[in-house]
Amino acid sequence: MNIDFANFTPLASLFGGLLLGISIITLHFFFKRIAGISGIINSLLTKTETNDYKFNSVLFLLGLLLSPLIYGLFVTPINVTIEKSYLLVVLGGLLVGFGTTLASGCTSGHGVCGISRFSMRSIIATLCFMFSGIVTVFIFNHLL
Amino acid sequence: MKKILYFISGSIFGIGLIVSGMSNPQKVLSFLDIFGNWDPSLMFVMVGAISITAIYFIVTKNKSIKQNTDKKLLLGSSIFGIGWGLVGICPGPAIVVLGSANIKGVIFFIALLIGMFLQNKIAK
Repeated sequence: MNIDFANFTPLASLFGGLLLGISIITLHFFFKRIAGISGIINSLLTKTETNDYKFNSVLFLLGLLLSPLIYGLFVTPINVTIEKSYLLVVLGGLLVGFGTTLASGCTSGHGVCGISRFSMRSIIATLCFMFSGIVTVFIFNHLL
Repeated sequence: MKKILYFISGSIFGIGLIVSGMSNPQKVLSFLDIFGNWDPSLMFVMVGAISITAIYFIVTKNKSIKQNTDKKLLLGSSIFGIGWGLVGICPGPAIVVLGSANIKGVIFFIALLIGMFLQNKIAK
């Protein structure tokens, strides 16, 4: 095992994680809602939720969508680059959307909120997506 | 007016993803590359987020609802992990990348919505 110390940012990552926690706590404390992002996105695609619930989802997602702009104004502009080909981007998007909906949660819903509530279901879900993510990267970086 | 807190928590969440490195696909892919030049930074995101959230849930005595682990959870999470490993973007960062006006980010997000739509159709 070889650690990439040049790009190692433990403090920034820890601080970013605390901000995620503050956001999750705010949403739960005031509205009793769990900040699972895949669930919030999917609530807009389903007919079962009320319009009020959907409106709240939109407000949260709008904040998330504008966060690069806010961060750019007050800290420094961010520049995201996606190195993977268009084909992989489409395939990845489809799998992420399909998988998180089937599993009723993603990195935030299961990985943070669920584990924080000691949910066995979420711990198992997190182990599954970590494992398949690691295997996928291994295949692409070391086998292909 | 209280509803503005939805917008504020969304912004804090997004800034958390940016600061932590979660919205940087290359960083996510180096985090998952444990047999290569491994960047373990994103473990600290989990530590930061889970510690403070767990304290909150313990203090407010909020327990998870008991639900069984089923095939849908195992299969869905594994499929999600493959997609995450292919591009390095999960649903939260997908919105951040979309907001940073990246053409591949737009395509990823549309594909994500189609994936969700398909699963909703199948589930019916």
